[in-house]
Amino acid sequence: MTDIASGAKGGRPLALTNLRVIDPSRNLDETGAVLIEDGRILAAGRDALNQGLPEGAQTRDCSGLLAVPGLVDTRVFVGEPGAEHRETIASAARAAAAGGITSFVAMPDTDPVIDDVALVEFVLKTGRDKAVVNVHAAAALTKGLHGEEMTEFGLLSEAGAVCFTNGREPVHDTLVLRRAMTYARHFDAVIALETRDRYLGAGGVMNEGLLASWLGLSGIPREAEIIPLERDLRIATLTKARYHAAKISLPESVEAISAAKARGANVSAGISINHVTLNENDIGEYRTFFKVSPPLRGEDDRRAMVQALASGEIDLISSSHDPQDVDTKRLPFADAADGAIGLETMLAAALRLHHSGEVPLMRLIDALSTRPARIFGLEAGTLAPGARADLAVIDLEEPWVVAREHLLSRSKNTPFENARFTGRVVETYVGGKRVHDGRA
Amino acid sequence: MSHFPHRHLLGIKGLTEPEITLLLDKADEAVQISRRREKKTSTLRGLTQINLFFEASTRTQSSFELAGKRLGADVMNMSVGNSSVKKGETLIDTAMTLNAMHPDVLVVRHSSAGAAALLAQKVSCSVVNAGDGQHEHPTQALLDALTIRRARGKLSRIIVAICGDVLHSRVARSNILLLNRMGARVRVVAPPTLLPSGIADMSVEVFHSMEEGLKDADVVMMLRLQRERMAGSFVPSVREYFRYYGLDAEKLKAAKEGALVMHPGPMNRGVEIASEIADGPQSVIEDQVEMGVAVRMAVMETLLLSENGGPRT
Repeated sequence: MTDIASGAKGGRPLALTNLRVIDPSRNLDETGAVLIEDGRILAAGRDALNQGLPEGAQTRDCSGLLAVPGLVDTRVFVGEPGAEHRETIASAARAAAAGGITSFVAMPDTDPVIDDVALVEFVLKTGRDKAVVNVHAAAALTKGLHGEEMTEFGLLSEAGAVCFTNGREPVHDTLVLRRAMTYARHFDAVIALETRDRYLGAGGVMNEGLLASWLGLSGIPREAEIIPLERDLRIATLTKARYHAAKISLPESVEAISAAKARGANVSAGISINHVTLNENDIGEYRTFFKVSPPLRGEDDRRAMVQALASGEIDLISSSHDPQDVDTKRLPFADAADGAIGLETMLAAALRLHHSGEVPLMRLIDALSTRPARIFGLEAGTLAPGARADLAVIDLEEPWVVAREHLLSRSKNTPFENARFTGRVVETYVGGKRVHDGRA
Repeated sequence: MSHFPHRHLLGIKGLTEPEITLLLDKADEAVQISRRREKKTSTLRGLTQINLFFEASTRTQSSFELAGKRLGADVMNMSVGNSSVKKGETLIDTAMTLNAMHPDVLVVRHSSAGAAALLAQKVSCSVVNAGDGQHEHPTQALLDALTIRRARGKLSRIIVAICGDVLHSRVARSNILLLNRMGARVRVVAPPTLLPSGIADMSVEVFHSMEEGLKDADVVMMLRLQRERMAGSFVPSVREYFRYYGLDAEKLKAAKEGALVMHPGPMNRGVEIASEIADGPQSVIEDQVEMGVAVRMAVMETLLLSENGGPRT
């Protein structure tokens, strides 16, 4: 008994007191306490201690801090299996915990590709055994991510896959897509896709426009995202599938999704943290850590996307964490791989939108936790009594600078190196157990 | 004999309930002929039947051949493998060539929907559709109906669940038409990818789950899933298809006790049906084969001897 932490299963009850509690699942924003017992939330909010402290409870005074449901990141690329030198499930989980993320969905773009029941089981088992946060598996939509043959949605769902995605690869063949969405409907599976036209975007390495032209880099036109997205949304409407546009970056995409919703399609939209906090100017002199897919857009686009996030037209934010090593990033811009890490910095970067007054804090936490949990059907995103005690305790005002050497991720390709943030994760709890202590 | 006003049998569509009943009654009589030691009759003596199979089908072709021979007709088989079709001759040219030989009935199997109807417009004899693309296979629906009627005594108000690849199945289309015409309740059970669009308006109840679709069914009719459709195009894999849509003892439990299990053949054991079920006590798959010959005898006799068709010399 002595080794079991307070709040965790079998341990003493834990009370976090005198803190602000925001729980979008109950539209709750008040000062009070969070009471945790046996790994579950007993109560959270103003009235949490109305019935007094449970016997033997340990109390932690959290004055000035904020508790929110642990963040849910639905788009995380991990290197395990196959590229463990970039990131393992365990190292990604440590980075996630440091960023207040208590659940993430691992993408199937690994080697081998997660397109088989045994591989889903491998990801989940490795998560259970080695990760400090909850690890969920996304399964490949098509075998080998080749975009040709659908995978075993039924058996993979039963094995625990929470969604189907073609990872970084769009599905180009509309017939394959139609059949996959039709088949997936019976299993009520979420299909999460990125869109990039194989011809329009071919050869492009950054947002098409003046900046790309001056840099001498070939551009990716906006239509390369919009055309296939509109196509996908038509198929989603036709098949009545649950479609999630995983990484949109343009206001035209938001319009397309809103129009599809108005038609009655069961669709949702996500955006990566990079696309609401950075723009193409950040690329500067060929900084490859800012090379992502879809490419960073102009400042007007970023502002429009932030607005759509605030209004809820964009449902959720993901980190789109994509660890890349020097071998894939220390290259001329055009040759470098896409992708940026983001688990540890997503919350802090998102808080910029709170501090600037662009997105209300409640909505921000909703987009980072409650909404993604709901869309992907995960047991998370709430501090309601009885919920698993997954939460982040945040100091909204603490200033800090991102230092490469302090990053827990195995790869260091962060676009936020030396960035100044206000607001930092102080503690992260998963199942009532503290998995990250920022004060240590 | 009551009136049968059709010269051809191109599909179930267009047949009335009395006409179907007439064919089934005649087929009942034909069953007796096939069960005798002396099976040959002289009903169609002197008449010529040509089986024109553009698509290989040993089973259906044998069944038609045997039916013709038992009625005393001269039967000739034309298979695509040894015809001039492969040399580029069109469907119509082939038909006209055969027509010049004065057959009395052409039995046609073709991979294109509407091929039998097209032939019927061009030739001067009766045409029996032995399967045209994904359109119709009327003698299969009739033999299925005969099998059910002999086992259950009726067709009206029984529940028939047609399971599997409905999208590509002419057998399913003919059966849906016939069973509805005869007052049965028809269900289809399949993954959404294997159902044609508009299926809900085809007078059937649509299910995606075998357990729900088979509940209280009197008849479970399985359809064949073609190999090329199993690996990721319409369904992900054989393994997953069998798990959710293959008929095994567990899924069959949902159906009425003693429900009939049917399959038009040839079966993919372990894909759409488990061996233990195919060979089990509820299976009437072999009866279907026997009824096939009887139904085809009844069809040809009716077409060639009824008032408007009349025997030709």
